[in-house]
Amino acid sequence: MDFSLSAEQQMIRNLCREFAEEEIKPRAEEMDRTGAFPYEIIKQMADLGLLGLPFPEEYGGAGADFLSYCLALEEIGRGDASVGITMEAHTSLGATPFYLYGTTEQKERYLAPLAQGKQLWSFGLTEPGAGSDSGGTETRAELRDGVWHVNGAKNFITNAGTDMTGGVTITAVTGVRDDGRKEITNIIIPKDTPGYIIGNPYHKMGWRASDTRPLSFEDCQVPEENVLGAQGTGFHQFMHILTLGRIAIAALSVGLAQACYDESLKYARERQQFNRPIATFQAIQFKLADMAMEIELARLMYYKAAWHHMQGEPFTKEASMAKLYASETAKRAADQAVQIHGGYGFMDEYPVSRYWRNVKAHEIGEGTSEVQRQIIAKHL
Amino acid sequence: MNIVVCMKETPSTTAEKSFTADMRLERRKEDAIPNPFDEYAIEEGLRQQEKNPGSTVTMLCMGPATATDTIRKALAMGGDRGVLVTDPALAGSDAISTARVLAAALTKIGYDLVIFGNAAADAYGGVVPSAVAEFLGKPLLSYASQLGIAGDKATIQRQAEIGYNVVEAPLPALVSVVKSINEPRYPSMKGIMASKKKPLDTFSLADLGLDAATVGGAAAREKALGAEKVSTQRKGEIYVGNDGAADRVVAFLVEQKVL
Repeated sequence: MDFSLSAEQQMIRNLCREFAEEEIKPRAEEMDRTGAFPYEIIKQMADLGLLGLPFPEEYGGAGADFLSYCLALEEIGRGDASVGITMEAHTSLGATPFYLYGTTEQKERYLAPLAQGKQLWSFGLTEPGAGSDSGGTETRAELRDGVWHVNGAKNFITNAGTDMTGGVTITAVTGVRDDGRKEITNIIIPKDTPGYIIGNPYHKMGWRASDTRPLSFEDCQVPEENVLGAQGTGFHQFMHILTLGRIAIAALSVGLAQACYDESLKYARERQQFNRPIATFQAIQFKLADMAMEIELARLMYYKAAWHHMQGEPFTKEASMAKLYASETAKRAADQAVQIHGGYGFMDEYPVSRYWRNVKAHEIGEGTSEVQRQIIAKHL
Repeated sequence: MNIVVCMKETPSTTAEKSFTADMRLERRKEDAIPNPFDEYAIEEGLRQQEKNPGSTVTMLCMGPATATDTIRKALAMGGDRGVLVTDPALAGSDAISTARVLAAALTKIGYDLVIFGNAAADAYGGVVPSAVAEFLGKPLLSYASQLGIAGDKATIQRQAEIGYNVVEAPLPALVSVVKSINEPRYPSMKGIMASKKKPLDTFSLADLGLDAATVGGAAAREKALGAEKVSTQRKGEIYVGNDGAADRVVAFLVEQKVL
C-alpha cells in the first residue's frame, strides 16, 4: 500500500495552494459581501488550465488524473468555497458528461472550449418538484420532425447564467420505459436557443459569489443530434456523473474544513485569555485535535474513493462515504471554528462566519447527507 | 539562441531549518523548492525565448540527486530540458566550488545567454554569477532590472540609487537579475504534466572532467561557523496612562511624518 502522491500530483496541489493563498483568499471576503461572480479569478484559472484538469490534451485539457483534479479542488476550496464550487460544477457536472458520453463531434464542439476554460457549462437536473427524487422530473422533450421541443423548469443550477456560460445539459422526460417509469434523456441546450430563459440569480446564505439560477424552457427547440449519448440513457448518465461529483464535493469539503482549522489554530495561538494563549487550554486543544483528525480521515476517504475510480473499480459506496463524512467534518469544523473564535467568530471580520454559512451547502449539494446514507445502506 | 538558466534548490522559505554539526544545512526533499530569486531568472529565460524564436531554454542545477524534482518544477513553468550536476563529492561546496562546477557544465552544454538569480535564499552569498563569469572569461551583466537582446548584444538596465545604468555586453554573456525585472508566471497544469516528459540529463564530476579534490567540502575555502534564527520579536513602545502619553504619540507620529 502506497499513500504517496506522484510528483505531478504534488506539484498540482502545491501550485493550487499557492494560487489560492495569493489570488483567491485575499478576495474571498469581498466576493461574499458583493456576491459578484469572480470573472477575473476564473480567467486566471482558465489560463492555468484549472478548468480542464482531468480531460485529455487533445481537447485542450491538462491530461491530469482524477485525484489531481480533486487535490486541486481541495486547495481552491480552501481559498474560497464559491470559486471551488464554480470549478467543480463546471468540470464535474458541465464538462464531464461530454467527455464520458459525447460523440466525437460533441466533444470537439462542446468539451474543447470547456476544457480550455473559454466557456463554462452547467448541468440541469434539479427541478422545483424533483430534487432528491429525480424520478419526479417533469421537464419534457418531444422529438418532432428531427427537432426536440423542450418544456419545463430547472432550479438551483450552478454556472447557468455567467457571461462565460455556453449552455446547459438537462435531464428531460422523453417517453415511458417498458417498466412504466419515465424515460430520461440528457439534452444539450446552448445558451442562445430561443425559448431558453435564464432566471435571475438566487440570494443565497453561502457560496454567494457562485452563479446559481432557475432556468425555464418554453417550446425551446434544439436539433435531434443535441441528445447526449443515446435516448433513454439519461438516468444512468447522471447517476454516474453525480457519483463522481461526490468525490469532488468531498475534496471541496476537506478544503473548507482545512480552512476552518487553519484559522482556528492561528487564532488560538494569538488570542490571550487569563494571561495566556487560548491554545494552551485543553478545552481548545481537544477541539483542534478533533478537527485535525477528522480532516485527515476525510482526506484519506476521498483519496481512496478517487483511487477506486482510477483503478476502474466500483466506487459508489466509497464516493458517498467520502462526501458524507467530508461534508459533515467540514460542518463540525466550521462550528468549532466559530466557537473557538467566540464573539469574534460571530462577527464578519473573521472568515469563520463565512465558512459557517458556506458549509451548509456541502451537506445538500450533489446528494443530501440523507441520500448518501441511503446509498451506503443499499450497499451493505 | 541557447539560453541556460542556472537555478539552485533551496529549502522552502517557511520550512524549519536545521544544521548538521559542521554547519551544513540539513536538506529535506519535501521542503525543496527552486530558489525564489531564481524564479525571476527562469521567467526571464522564458520571456527571452518567446522574444527570440528558435531559442531553447535549459535549466541547469547543481544539487543532490533528488533535485531532479526541483528542476521539473522549473520545467513546469516552461523551457526545453534540464541538466543536473550531482556527485557525492560536491557536498559542502562553497561558492567558488559551485561556480567552478557550473562553468564546467556550461562549457559542456554550450550557451549564448546564461541567466542567474542574484543570490540564493539559503546561503545568500551572491557571488556565484561573477565567479562563473570569471571561470568562463565571459562578461557578466549583474543586477539587471531589464534585459534586451539585439543581434549579438545583451543590454541591461541596472537599478542604482538615483536612476539606472544602461550596460551592454557581447554575447555569449551572463546576466544576473533582480526581482523587479518581471513577475514570474505560475506553472500551468499542462506545463506540470509536460514537465515529466522533458529530457533531464544528469552529469557527475567525471562527466565534466573535474577532479573531486578541486570541489566540494574538500576544496571549500569558506567555512560556516554558526547560524542563528532571525529574532522576529517586534520592538514596540508602550505609553501608559494620562502622563503625557497622547503628546508622546502625537510627537511620534509627527516624527514619522504621518501627521
